[in-house]
Amino acid sequence: MANTLPTKPGRTPLDALLVTGAVATIGLLIVVPLASVFAEAFSQGPQAWWEAIAHDPDTRHAIWLSLTVAPVAVAFNTVFGIAAAWLVARFRFPGRTLLVALFDVPFSVSPVVAGLALVLIFGRQGILGPTLAWLAMKVIFAWPGLVLATTFVTLPLVVRELIPVMEAIGPEEELAAVSLGANGWQVFWRVTLPNIRWALLHGIVLANARAMGEFGAVYVVSGHIAGATDTMPLRVEKLFQEYRTPASMAVASVLAALALVTLVAKVVIERRLEAESRDLAAVRNVAAKSDPSPS
Amino acid sequence: MMRPRSQPASVLPGFSVSASITALVVTALIILPLAVLVFRAASLGPAGFLAAAWTPRARAAYAVSLGASVAAACISSVLGLLVAWVLVRIKFPGRRLLDALVDVPLALPTAVAGLVYSTLYVERGWLGQYLVPLGIQGAYSRLGIVLVLVFVSLPFAIRVVQPVLESLDSDTEEAARLLGASRLQTFLRVILPAILPAAATGFALALARALGEYGSVVFISGNMPFKTEIAPVLIVSRLEEFAYAEATAIAVVLLAISLTLLVIVNLLQQRLAQNAQ
Repeated sequence: MANTLPTKPGRTPLDALLVTGAVATIGLLIVVPLASVFAEAFSQGPQAWWEAIAHDPDTRHAIWLSLTVAPVAVAFNTVFGIAAAWLVARFRFPGRTLLVALFDVPFSVSPVVAGLALVLIFGRQGILGPTLAWLAMKVIFAWPGLVLATTFVTLPLVVRELIPVMEAIGPEEELAAVSLGANGWQVFWRVTLPNIRWALLHGIVLANARAMGEFGAVYVVSGHIAGATDTMPLRVEKLFQEYRTPASMAVASVLAALALVTLVAKVVIERRLEAESRDLAAVRNVAAKSDPSPS
Repeated sequence: MMRPRSQPASVLPGFSVSASITALVVTALIILPLAVLVFRAASLGPAGFLAAAWTPRARAAYAVSLGASVAAACISSVLGLLVAWVLVRIKFPGRRLLDALVDVPLALPTAVAGLVYSTLYVERGWLGQYLVPLGIQGAYSRLGIVLVLVFVSLPFAIRVVQPVLESLDSDTEEAARLLGASRLQTFLRVILPAILPAAATGFALALARALGEYGSVVFISGNMPFKTEIAPVLIVSRLEEFAYAEATAIAVVLLAISLTLLVIVNLLQQRLAQNAQ
């Protein structure tokens, strides 16, 4: 904080006013809604909460479905994220900038539009519809469609975490490993992965949170069939539409608790990341001093 | 010695493997679906496309979507600047907690946000009991749409401005203060111009996020055609009526707006990177 004007707590009334404004903003927009999820979910006691979660077979199925869809989507994302980051951070080729911009497309496209696009490909009247019918395979209104939609919306999350970290670390250690005779797998497992593990974990945690919570894209491809293709967020909506708000809040509270766990994990991982980038800067400093050539 | 990062490190293994995986995923999941969408819309012909995408109900939905999203992005930008400023410039107890709470909307499923906002602002809700008697309907109204869109877009507005404020060189600021400028003048003439590209990026990101949002809005808006129906909700309701042509045409309009915003964000970020250097 050396480059900021010295401000001590409560130094001016204006500071106090600004802090109050910021706290009120976050409080009203974020903390109050979050607190009310748990208050509403437990308004009829923990017994009612537990029954809403565990004794409704459709809700149980929704939890199970979310727990099977999200990890598969996250696994796809992890493989893609590592491959794409390796490609972009370690090689130069024509179209590279465009490719990086394409990674961000799922962030700016409405999830509903993405879901519709998948329906137009894999749906009964989609371009692959006849082929899939011939194969007796169902993608839309079924588990594969949920996985595809979830993978699409979470696609940028892992790769966006990895690219800046891999670019900051640079290829020197990997080049050294190759020159010492390591093969591709050895370089990846022994050099690259240990270097990027916290960034990777950060991306995975974010992708998982988004995957568990995705609504729009999944809504379009799932057909919203209770006990079959309803994930947890879809179950929240269905219970709400059926005027079973307490049960809806109970499912919502599980998702909110998951979000809080995600945030704690995120803060812990970010501290690790900061520590590692400080270490890296220190190493670079030493290297720069011992290396007279400009870098 | 050349910087190894700026030249092709072609000795490294794995180019073909990583290029194949990346090309496969990007083609199958991003390019192909969007191409099919555009192709399907194009096959309607110009007249057919216009008839499907430009119905009175669709026009009303675009207006609600754009109006609510622009309003939400403006509110998020102002509040985001305030929160970012406080987090960077003022030391106070609980600052780290406040900083962590900023990310809640990124981790909280949007369906949960929509559900809880709709219960907070109804007549018997925690906030509604004070607001509804004053005539402020925060649920099942356009205001409700703006409220949830501010919730989902706020982190983008904060997180883009925050690092720029942190890296701001205080020399010019101090010089301005020493030369007799007031705090307001320093802010308007020195700080604001420096963070404007970041604030604009945050605005565009918030706008893109708000325009595409579905999960939270569907709970709180009431989804009344011509009044509180946003474009993504209209797409879903057309789809549920198996009116694929109309759903596709509206989706392409929305897609065009989103991709335009994406290009703008990219250009702004290039400006940002240049400014940083």
